[in-house]
Amino acid sequence: MGEKEKKHITPRRRFFTDMAHHIGLGTMGVMLLGGYATKAKSSPLTLRPPAAIPENDFLKTCIKCGLCAEACVNRPQNLTRDGKRKDEFGTLKMAKANDNVTVGTPFFTPRDTPCYMCEDIPCVPACPTEALDITKVTNPKTNELDIRKMDMGVAVVDVHSCIAFWGLQCDACYRACPLLDEAIKLQYNRNSRTGKHAFLEPVVNPDVCTGCGLCEKACVTEKPAIFVLPKDVAQGKVGDHYVKGWDKKDQQRVGDRNEKDITTHDDRSKKKPLDYLNSNQLGL
Amino acid sequence: MKFSNIKYLILRRFTQFGLLFLYFAGNFWGWSILQGDISTSMLFNKVPLSDPFALLQIFASGAVVGANVLIGALIISLFYGIIGGRAFCSWVCPVNLITDAAAWLRRKLLIDKIERKLWISRNIRYYMIIIVLITSAISGLAAFEILSPITILNRNIIFGVGSGLGLIAAIFLFDLFVVKNGWCGHICPLGGVYSIIGKYSIFRVKHTSENCTLCMKCKEVCPESQVLHMIGKKSINVNDIECTNCGRCIDVCDDDALEFSIGKYITENKKKESK
Repeated sequence: MGEKEKKHITPRRRFFTDMAHHIGLGTMGVMLLGGYATKAKSSPLTLRPPAAIPENDFLKTCIKCGLCAEACVNRPQNLTRDGKRKDEFGTLKMAKANDNVTVGTPFFTPRDTPCYMCEDIPCVPACPTEALDITKVTNPKTNELDIRKMDMGVAVVDVHSCIAFWGLQCDACYRACPLLDEAIKLQYNRNSRTGKHAFLEPVVNPDVCTGCGLCEKACVTEKPAIFVLPKDVAQGKVGDHYVKGWDKKDQQRVGDRNEKDITTHDDRSKKKPLDYLNSNQLGL
Repeated sequence: MKFSNIKYLILRRFTQFGLLFLYFAGNFWGWSILQGDISTSMLFNKVPLSDPFALLQIFASGAVVGANVLIGALIISLFYGIIGGRAFCSWVCPVNLITDAAAWLRRKLLIDKIERKLWISRNIRYYMIIIVLITSAISGLAAFEILSPITILNRNIIFGVGSGLGLIAAIFLFDLFVVKNGWCGHICPLGGVYSIIGKYSIFRVKHTSENCTLCMKCKEVCPESQVLHMIGKKSINVNDIECTNCGRCIDVCDDDALEFSIGKYITENKKKESK
């Protein structure tokens, strides 16, 4: 048996093999990292600081520096006269790996520490990347910061575990709300069980509620019966099909809707109803 | 041990711990000297400092950012580009504390002598930069920042300890038992970025081969030992971009064969021209 001829690698062959090697390893790297990155996005229930831009853009833009969280915990309102902190850990926390929030991004948990809606909103101007967009909480007319324009989320009431809906007198959330009698109103209903008492039911106005979570913090039940959810999660959307005919503003809402044909088209609708009656399909 | 053998080591630890303390105090007591963290800080509430690689990832993911971060990244790039070189890695980065500890233990336990060596390329860090930027573009998320042990350790110190320390332990064990200087010297893309940024910086280690006794202590402690290729051969500056200017080689040298030089890089070039 003759000796096997030694394989000779031409420079061109080497070049192509090297290229394939590098591209292959690179693709592997992108896939591994990309797989982790898709898993690393936050839970949809994450509550962001005031004036945060939409979640997808927020994840891109936030540089995870923590300046907002530091401005929050070190805000002047958080200090007693002796210079000690009232709240040892501020509202905004920087996410750790087990928080189910993208690592290093700011979020808050109202039941632990709600947002106190400081008049000067210290967290927002601290942001260096404008992931917290100060224009979202600025009143365009006066050019001043306006806490009413905050939009962290919206409070939702679980009427089954809210004791006010049982008929017990509790207005803890109503009293805790910084926009008293606007974001949460008490709705009076007759209590037919006793026949002589009233229900004082808390009802949230989602147009006013900022999602600060002071109500969630104040709620007396073991697990809060009123809690803040991101607006995306908590709210539905009517769409263009329904318009409040009695409301001029609502007409504007759908003013720029797609003017194309919006009637339903399927196999049935191809035929006219009258043809259907005349076609003797009913077996008359 | 003489003081001159640990001079730069002490200076470096002082800088690293000092910065971490200022960051911690910025959050815990509200000191305004240095606030934020290693990806973006505010110096005296006025001067922004930003990680240029984090900014690159944000750009790659397709986001628009505020002017503060742009200015901050420019300041940092200019500082390391003109003066510091890759000094971030050895004078600022908190992970350096971990990997230096691993390298020290590795020498004490003589692991290099008994271990079967695993070779991986020192250029992985440059591929990592490209991989990170591509992944950022695809996933719409700054891809290195979500697992960077540098910022995770940094935030653990500033904002309180939480999970994520497992990653730091993993890097310690990797450096200790798998590859010598594995993380900082091979994989970390941030080190690669600062290597590139610092290519033309003026702060360099200078070798005088006439004084060298070829004891090779410098190569033993150097985390990027390939940059010391001139030891005992030529009297030139360490101009390789991966040198972190940590000064350990200068510390351990008992023969005055190594020293820091400022501006000599420029004068050296001028000499060449005049010749």
